[in-house]
Amino acid sequence: MSEVQVIGPQALPALQQQVEAVLAEAARQGASACEVAVSLGQGLSASVRQGEVETVEFNRDQGFGITLYVGQRKGSASTSATGEAAIRETVAAALAIARHASEDESAGLADAALMARELPELDLYHPWTISPEQAIELALESEAAAFASDARIKNADGSSLNTHQGCRVYGNSQGFVGGYASTRHSLSCVMIAEDGGQMQRDYWYDVSRQGELLADPASIGRRAAERAVSRLGSRPVPTCEVPVLFAAELAGGLFGHFLAAISGGNLYRHSSFLEGALGEQLFPSWLTLDERPHLPRGLGSASFDGDGLATYAKPFVAGGELVSYVLGTYSGRKLGMPSTANSGGVHNLFVSHGSEDQQALLKRMGRGLLVTELMGQGLNLVTGDYSRGAAGFWVENGELQFPVQEVTIAGNLRDMFKQIVAVGSDLELRSNIRSGSVLIERMTVAGS
Amino acid sequence: MSDMLLSVSEHLLAPGGLSIEQLPSVLGDLAGPGIDAADLYFQSQVSETWALEDGIVKEGSFNLDQGVGVRAQSGEKTGFAYSNMISADALRQAAQAARSIARAGQSGRVQAFSSPLLTPLYAPNNPLDVLDRAEKVELLKRIDVATRALDPRIKQVSVSLAGVWDRVLVAAVDGSLGADIRPLVRFNVSVIVEQNGRRERGGHGGGGRTDYRYFLERDERGEERAMGYAREALRQALVNLDAIAAPAGSMPVVMGAGWSGVLLHEAVGHGLEGDFNRKGSSAYSGRIGERVASSLCTIVDDGTLAGRRGSLSMDDEGIGTQCTTLIENGVLKGYIQDKLNARLMGVAPTGNGRRESYAHLPMPRMTNTYMLAGQSDPEEIIRSVKKGIYCANLGGGQVDITSGKFVFSTSEAYLIEDGKITAPVKGATLIGNGPEAMSRVSMVGNDLALDSGVGTCGKDGQSVPVGVGQPTLKIDAITVGGTGA
Repeated sequence: MSEVQVIGPQALPALQQQVEAVLAEAARQGASACEVAVSLGQGLSASVRQGEVETVEFNRDQGFGITLYVGQRKGSASTSATGEAAIRETVAAALAIARHASEDESAGLADAALMARELPELDLYHPWTISPEQAIELALESEAAAFASDARIKNADGSSLNTHQGCRVYGNSQGFVGGYASTRHSLSCVMIAEDGGQMQRDYWYDVSRQGELLADPASIGRRAAERAVSRLGSRPVPTCEVPVLFAAELAGGLFGHFLAAISGGNLYRHSSFLEGALGEQLFPSWLTLDERPHLPRGLGSASFDGDGLATYAKPFVAGGELVSYVLGTYSGRKLGMPSTANSGGVHNLFVSHGSEDQQALLKRMGRGLLVTELMGQGLNLVTGDYSRGAAGFWVENGELQFPVQEVTIAGNLRDMFKQIVAVGSDLELRSNIRSGSVLIERMTVAGS
Repeated sequence: MSDMLLSVSEHLLAPGGLSIEQLPSVLGDLAGPGIDAADLYFQSQVSETWALEDGIVKEGSFNLDQGVGVRAQSGEKTGFAYSNMISADALRQAAQAARSIARAGQSGRVQAFSSPLLTPLYAPNNPLDVLDRAEKVELLKRIDVATRALDPRIKQVSVSLAGVWDRVLVAAVDGSLGADIRPLVRFNVSVIVEQNGRRERGGHGGGGRTDYRYFLERDERGEERAMGYAREALRQALVNLDAIAAPAGSMPVVMGAGWSGVLLHEAVGHGLEGDFNRKGSSAYSGRIGERVASSLCTIVDDGTLAGRRGSLSMDDEGIGTQCTTLIENGVLKGYIQDKLNARLMGVAPTGNGRRESYAHLPMPRMTNTYMLAGQSDPEEIIRSVKKGIYCANLGGGQVDITSGKFVFSTSEAYLIEDGKITAPVKGATLIGNGPEAMSRVSMVGNDLALDSGVGTCGKDGQSVPVGVGQPTLKIDAITVGGTGA
């Protein structure tokens, strides 16, 4: 079997040339401004189940997307095709759209003066020259450890190792061009536990820019097994109002909802319950939310945003107060505010936390629900109303009593944010949002 | 060779110097020792989106994607590779990678090609071309202006139009050779309303395997269909302005006809996909012939409905689609299958092998999943409930097929008090267990309706268009996740 061939920094000059060729073609065809992103990626994915190989997938993706302007009119086009003809046709397609779009006074590239000048090295590229056989071995090792760890682990839903390397170059007609190579590797394990006629599934995974930093495969398998087994005997609890502890791996989702609610796109569309909330005390006064875009090897790290602006470290929430929205060039113009260099999103969000780990937070909670799984999309961003399916554990006197399933937890995000009692020190490091477990004073749990 | 095959192969293969006659030799390379099955999936897709907000058409995008996916299977093992280039060289490289999973075994042989006779369920023409750009822009603007004129409480209107034109060709070692040309269009309206400082959103839309003229046709009420979507989006938003907190706890729930079929998609459909059942990981595994729902429930997956969003003339493995009975009078009858899982389970494929694109592996997926009509008058169903919830419209849903737990969230729901629909309630998530909830279906209406054509199903990171439907039905007890009493 062949090893995955390497796509790395050496591919950047060719992609940069492609960006320049597209910009030149857009100008030639009559666009007044243009931006383009070119990407090239390659990966290997191996999955196993019950000790046998299930799939080996080789991925290779390429493509480019352009947005161009004719005055204040805008059009976009993208393709996976390559070559001069593809460039010509894609530019023409975007231009044809731009000619029919409406004048939009907020449209257009960011000012040239705001474009990133120096791009810090973020150490995002760590290729893993792993053969399909080695990838299979790691996935098998993870699954085998899961099966060995508990007799109630009777089935598996698959363990897989994924490795991906890619390059992306963005450039625009304001003179900015920047690019980087990056890698991302992950190992996951999904196990099924059976006992007393009940079947439960759970999983665990790790992800890293650097293959060698992934958790030991056996530990991932054992954790998946432990989680699946711990759910056996799950049952609903009677409907009640109690404190709810969101396990760290889910807590990032709460702050993800918050970021969506303060993002420019939802604000100017009047689609957020936090429209006009700038300066308000939304969280307890000890809570801060910081963006740190230049974290070396960070999963969300980026030196420039989707508009070519230099990213920078800043708080969105300081002392519990909303001090900045999440804005790109366009949404900033719509709201009459400068861009916060967040076109395309937030790059590594850090949630402030105390010194208590999850165990200590359970003690602090006393009686309530520890949530370890959420289901469904029950969030209304316009009103902040939140209602989702949940599973986890019933807690009395700070100790887990029994696993819980088939319940919902509901509240309003505005209240939930205010009622954050504590954030744990058990940080989730596998996500763009780094948060510990989050204890919320009171939510409605609906059950039997 | 059919016209469809000729035209698709001319478009997909010829530019790279390939022809159908050369495919057996590529498949021959794939079908070496140890390979039980292998196929090539060529695809070219053009798509576009036009979006209006703030009264102006500010976004339009066009995408062209094409490539070939090459798959080889040995027992339960699958090797897969794909390429954006459709050429002999690219095919050879992808084939080499894909067949690397085979170790040893009997020698493979390529069967002579034969194409299934397919019933055309949609026109092969490019749906993007029936309106020119100016007409598309004009349509969006017209609907925006007419919607804003409907009610002074409207704060924001977003309208979008999207179209896809897919051309696919499948050739397999087992002799399957098929081509399909698939149009798909969608129109959506989202409205934000405000009253006394309170804001709510409503959204509606529709579409199918047809072209944009569908949105200009008259609907059942004699109104231009696109405008009908806008009126419905506004109606839902206004209803929600008066919504009170939904109750919390277990209670009877009446599900409205149509889009509420999301219930069946989550509570039943996913759990009956062949892959989960072969692996024994579904709450429905090994239960064929058993009662898994009340005797009032007959549920089918039907890919053969003309023009429907979830319909396909053939699936992505070259098998003609069919209407598969999943549950008949409450008894589990069968699973939905792709070729791999059908082979491993020793049953026939059901035409449900679907993939998001050439860059993804096929899996058993639903097409249009719905429950057949029952006997009850919908009003009689409402009247039978002392205290409960009526779900008129839903948002999305999700299922854990292993434990059988599923959720869906309401986007338009009401209290039922003493047999009458009363106050609207805020969106809430409902949670239940598939087989349990289906066995508590105590009344089924005579008003079967299918959804308007906007459903997208996600599985293992792959999205495919699907349809759902059901008559009004009553579940005696299910948990409602509100915050009220």
